[in-house]
Amino acid sequence: MSHSRNLALSIKAPISFPEIGVAGKTGSWRLEKPIVDNEKCVRCFLCEIYCPVNVVRVDREEGVSIDYEYCKGCGICANVCPHDAITMVEEG
Amino acid sequence: MLTEVILIGRGGQGAVTSATLLTAAASLEGLESQGFPFFGAERRGAPVAAFVRISSRPIRRHGMFEKGDVVVLLDARLAELEILERYSLRAGGILIVNTERRDPRLSKLISRTRAGRVFIVNATRIARELGLVVAGWPVVNTAILGAFSRATGLVSLDSVKRAVVEYFGGRLGRLNAEAVERSYRETREVVVLSVSLP
Amino acid sequence: MSKPRALYREKVTLTGNHAVALAVKLARVDLVSAYPITPQTSIVEKLSEYIEGGELKAQMVRVESEHSALAVAYGAALAGARVFTATSSHGLLYMHEWVHWFSRARVPGVMAVVTRTIGAPWNIWPDHSDFMDQRDTGWIMAFARDNQEVLDLTIQAFKVSEDERVFLPFMVGLEGFILGHTAMPVEVPAEDDVAEWLGERKQPYVVDGSFPLGVGGLTWPMETEEMFIDLHKSLRRAGLVFEEVDKEYGKLFGRSYGGPLECYRCTDAKYYFVTMGAWSGDAMDAVDFLRERGFALGLVRIRLYRPFPYDRIADIMGNARGVIVFDRSISFGASGPIYSDVVASLLKARFRGDAIGIIAGVGGVDVTSHDFSKIAERVLETIERGEPLPAIAWYHGGELAIVQH
Repeated sequence: MSHSRNLALSIKAPISFPEIGVAGKTGSWRLEKPIVDNEKCVRCFLCEIYCPVNVVRVDREEGVSIDYEYCKGCGICANVCPHDAITMVEEG
Repeated sequence: MLTEVILIGRGGQGAVTSATLLTAAASLEGLESQGFPFFGAERRGAPVAAFVRISSRPIRRHGMFEKGDVVVLLDARLAELEILERYSLRAGGILIVNTERRDPRLSKLISRTRAGRVFIVNATRIARELGLVVAGWPVVNTAILGAFSRATGLVSLDSVKRAVVEYFGGRLGRLNAEAVERSYRETREVVVLSVSLP
Repeated sequence: MSKPRALYREKVTLTGNHAVALAVKLARVDLVSAYPITPQTSIVEKLSEYIEGGELKAQMVRVESEHSALAVAYGAALAGARVFTATSSHGLLYMHEWVHWFSRARVPGVMAVVTRTIGAPWNIWPDHSDFMDQRDTGWIMAFARDNQEVLDLTIQAFKVSEDERVFLPFMVGLEGFILGHTAMPVEVPAEDDVAEWLGERKQPYVVDGSFPLGVGGLTWPMETEEMFIDLHKSLRRAGLVFEEVDKEYGKLFGRSYGGPLECYRCTDAKYYFVTMGAWSGDAMDAVDFLRERGFALGLVRIRLYRPFPYDRIADIMGNARGVIVFDRSISFGASGPIYSDVVASLLKARFRGDAIGIIAGVGGVDVTSHDFSKIAERVLETIERGEPLPAIAWYHGGELAIVQH
């Protein structure tokens, strides 16, 4: 959260504005990395919907892509995938 | 000069509304005023008291009082209850009772309160005749104010009627104003021959 | 509105609660959230009548608890609405979490607190315990002494709360029954004049979906503390704004109250009463009585409790011979809350006189001008005999009992 980009306020209010990466490069927190097998993927979008940090995108043609710069490796995407198309692999 | 009034009735008879109307009437008269209920819960039928202060000067105090310059009894039968031990009339004060002339309780009431002047009106009959009946009870709170105006001269009949009309509005306003008017005309002073002191 | 307008002086007889409701109507609020509790209920009942009758174009949101009542008011206020709610006693305690959140989020809004004793035991009579329990919440807190002031203060509350130097919510205090259920004649300004004077709703930020914005998210200690320092400064500034608004209101509507404090017979006083609320009127009658008995007594009434007017108190009473502070609540195990603030103010003025805190009227016990006179005579005679005063005494059943030396 960033409190710096305040409106032109006469006071200090506890408000914040969403920005990409306000908590730093959270990808460095990852112990396990989600690896996608787009051959198995049926484009159901569940992984994109469930991702708590909004780093998963599903494209109808290309399949799933993950922004590893911010993915924390929580594994929820792998857990919700109904076709086991996502595997959690230990970071090297 | 400050006049303190205690209205004693039963929960549901409208003593609190009486106090509010009297406060409004005094204000219309150009006087300062304040009206309030006994602070607490009220129950239908149980004795209740409401209070009014009227003065030509700003009224700053809010504390309750137990002795009045005027005591108004909305129900003469309350005279026999304990509530008259708690609230009393200042010596020589004015007592106004909703009753009829032949009420045997009157003489006892007069001696008990040591009233200086006593006025009576049959507000119950007036309310009943005008159909001012709510949930089976004649509502005497407006009629009794006609007697107050007549007995004390503190607020004019016109001011009381105006306060009543503004409060109720419409047909109910007119009916209640009529109750005030009739009560004003029918109020009679009871001659206090002697005050027997205990 | 630079030149004084012809005053519109409709005089109507209103209970304190109805005076609050009418002021809220004149302020043209957008939303009222309501949960009933004795002795507040007739405020929101009257407001619902105004809304139903089309006299007030506002939304009435009925909720399942006081906690939600203030939460709803908060949400609507964030979205840009002028909001109002009212409560008492346990209702206020139940919403206490939101009382803090509201001010710390810097959201303007107005709430009436119709004071009532906190239980156990259940009690519906007025003291100041519920109001004082909100002392540290960051709200602007003011207290009236009659129904006219209730109306005027409630209108002014919106103006002060929405001032850009302040941007904090405002709590208007009035005792239940003593003011809440007592009818008195009240002069009512014209609605258009009030609306014009208050102007459009102002607030520091609006959450209306026009751009993404988070409120109150997790914040580091340093930044959090900076916000609270700013809140404190804004609340201190609210004292000046309160005074300014009181003067401006006086010019426009004909009534000013002297800002944060009302002084009664202070000019040549050696001794002072300090009071807050409706019983100040009874105490003023006692001042008159004691003046006739030769005591050079004055009275300082706290109108604005938060921010507390330390400097004013010091200026007025710094050289006094004796100060008697009346509290209608107690910080158990310590003193009355007003007493501790007054003593802190006097310390700054190098006060050399005597001060005593009197606790009275707690639990809704009626305190009359006779009681004030009785207390004052005992205290003043003790001072004049050169005998020491206790720090705190509790007046109960006509007797002064020393509770703290």
